[in-house]
Amino acid sequence: MKKLIATLLLGLGLVSGAQAAAGGIEWDKFPKEKMTDVAALQNGAKIFVNYCLNCHSAAFMRYNRLRDLGLTEAQIKSNLLFASEKVGETMKVSLDPKQAKEWFGALPPDLTVIARSRADGAKGSGADYLYTYMRTFYRDETKATGWNNMAFPSVAMPHVLWELQGQRAAKFAEEADPHDASKKVHVFKGYEQLTPGTLSPRQYDEAVGDLVAYLQWMGEPAQAQRFRLGVMVLLFLAVFTVFAWRLNASFWKDVK
Amino acid sequence: MAEFKEAPAGASMGEQLMTWVDNRFPATKMYKEHMSEYYAPKNFNWWYIFGSLAMLVLVIQIVTGIFLVMHYKPDAALAFGSVEYIMRDVPWGWLIRYMHSTGASAFFVVVYLHMFRGLIYGSYRKPRELVWIFGCGIFLCLMAEAFMGYLLPWGQMSYWGAQVIVNLFAAVPFVGPDLALLIRGDYVVGDATLNRFFSFHVIAVPLVLLGLVVAHIIALHEVGSNNPDGVEIKAKKDAQGRPLDGIPFHPYYTVHDVFGVGLFLMVFTAIIFFAPELGGYFLEYNNFIPADPLKTPLHIAPVWYFTPFYSMLRATTDPMVNVLAGVVGLGAVLTVLKGNFSGKGKIATLVIAAVAIFLLKTFDAKFWGVVVMGGAVVILFFLPWLDHSPVKSIRYRPDWHKYMYAVFVVFFLVLGYLGIQPPTDIGTLIAQVGTLFYFGFFLLMPWWSKLGTPKAVPERVTFHPH
Repeated sequence: MKKLIATLLLGLGLVSGAQAAAGGIEWDKFPKEKMTDVAALQNGAKIFVNYCLNCHSAAFMRYNRLRDLGLTEAQIKSNLLFASEKVGETMKVSLDPKQAKEWFGALPPDLTVIARSRADGAKGSGADYLYTYMRTFYRDETKATGWNNMAFPSVAMPHVLWELQGQRAAKFAEEADPHDASKKVHVFKGYEQLTPGTLSPRQYDEAVGDLVAYLQWMGEPAQAQRFRLGVMVLLFLAVFTVFAWRLNASFWKDVK
Repeated sequence: MAEFKEAPAGASMGEQLMTWVDNRFPATKMYKEHMSEYYAPKNFNWWYIFGSLAMLVLVIQIVTGIFLVMHYKPDAALAFGSVEYIMRDVPWGWLIRYMHSTGASAFFVVVYLHMFRGLIYGSYRKPRELVWIFGCGIFLCLMAEAFMGYLLPWGQMSYWGAQVIVNLFAAVPFVGPDLALLIRGDYVVGDATLNRFFSFHVIAVPLVLLGLVVAHIIALHEVGSNNPDGVEIKAKKDAQGRPLDGIPFHPYYTVHDVFGVGLFLMVFTAIIFFAPELGGYFLEYNNFIPADPLKTPLHIAPVWYFTPFYSMLRATTDPMVNVLAGVVGLGAVLTVLKGNFSGKGKIATLVIAAVAIFLLKTFDAKFWGVVVMGGAVVILFFLPWLDHSPVKSIRYRPDWHKYMYAVFVVFFLVLGYLGIQPPTDIGTLIAQVGTLFYFGFFLLMPWWSKLGTPKAVPERVTFHPH
């Protein structure tokens, strides 16, 4: 029996091994501690509203939910809203879908739950993906926008944060395929900074981390409450189950 | 009609009230029959918790479902947004939604375990055939309920999962395309499909499901519960006609179940509060992208509870159909040579086999995949008549029977795993072996379940006081 199970598990291993070989670049780890850092989340919200919200909507996210991040309604109104918008409205965008299609070739997706949708069991969380994606843009004149991306090759979106990061080119080299000497593979050899950005590379990573933390938070604003409540519920159930266990034992001691 | 009773002189208000009610409705009688004087075997083990848990999850699904329907919009343009509205703007909406989505998976977990319990202890055997058949009906309803419910969030996986499954019906010979059109109400999955699935999910299927649950329990309480020893406790009764090895369901099994419910809820709520997506198995990541009829996802996988059957569907390729045709031919030849049939019976066997092989080779493998997938569920209904073992419970079967069941479980889990993964050559091969084993396990059961020497079944149940 054990042998049989071992063989089957081995079979499964082969199958999943074959799966892991496919796919693009590995994702960097999003610094999770930012999720509990209110200043980082607030900064992320600011970056999001200033840079992303011009083309991408967050159509299910209400501005006043930002109060959960420690902002007051007055702060939200004066810093993040246009005069015509109301604080109870969702984060809509006035980009005309038809024009968007002309400019980018695709409609910029809504970002409300983007962090939840981009997870991949094998590669990491959606936040990991976004953290990698926003940090791997490079100049590529063969593309219509002049930009390309390592995590999302041939992406339709140009590098919106380029002023912060500066312009970079990716260096590639042709190398012999380690699995097949007759073939060449395109190997990534790092970036070359073409023009400096207003932020240092470290500051840029921090800023992207803040932005991704905000996107992650926006995907499920109730998450922190969920964790807190979960602890209480489990504590209650633990006590309840102990009582139920003893009650059960006291009834069953008579059954011979 | 029962005799009209008078409450004894000096009876309390409560007693008088119950007498009044009992003269008009059999409340006390039903309470006794199903609770305080329903005698259940005292040797139940932990496998026997899953029936009660299935009831609990059913109640959770119905109650949370009622509240979800208050805010959900069954409209292709609004559905996705209304789910996010529930998750964000409805007070406690996120909790209700996660309870419902986790409840769907929990339902299948407890029902699979409940069915497996019945399988190993022979709970489907005479006189419990109808209990089992009603149960299989419940399982079928549950699958329909889950499938249609999964379309409602209107995410990419909802949409394309429904598209793939409804398209399967198009593989039915002659009427297929019309049948698929009838189910969808449109040429692709669309608003019409969403509306009818919503209607089925919240009204039609739950009604049938509840009716079957009532039938399941009435039938069970008529024949009495089986137990891990497969011994009929009604065979040995005391002077009052109570089974010697039976104990009243209430309070003994109600306190048992309350304890089990506590343990179950700890796992259930841990998932709800700390991992509601459960790594993409309970809520698929792709389903957080709104449905887009123009963009097919790279990999479409059903939710985990359908994957063993989905795997069998995918395993039915053209070579697999040839193997099936070979198996049918071989089976017919063996029946003619070894079987104890008259000349007419032998000719009939050969004719049926020839027709089966002809049909297998005539219709598309896709259609046979649908037949295999459906057959894998339908075959469960026949289990009471497939098992010819002289004993009911696995405890007294020959040891190698236990290995048969173990291999069956392993294959079922492997099929489930493979159904989640994108197809690969080796995966398909393993799934084909698994499919053949699954059907062989049931179809050859009349033969193998009789083989070997069973152990002696005790007169009374084995019970160790706690």
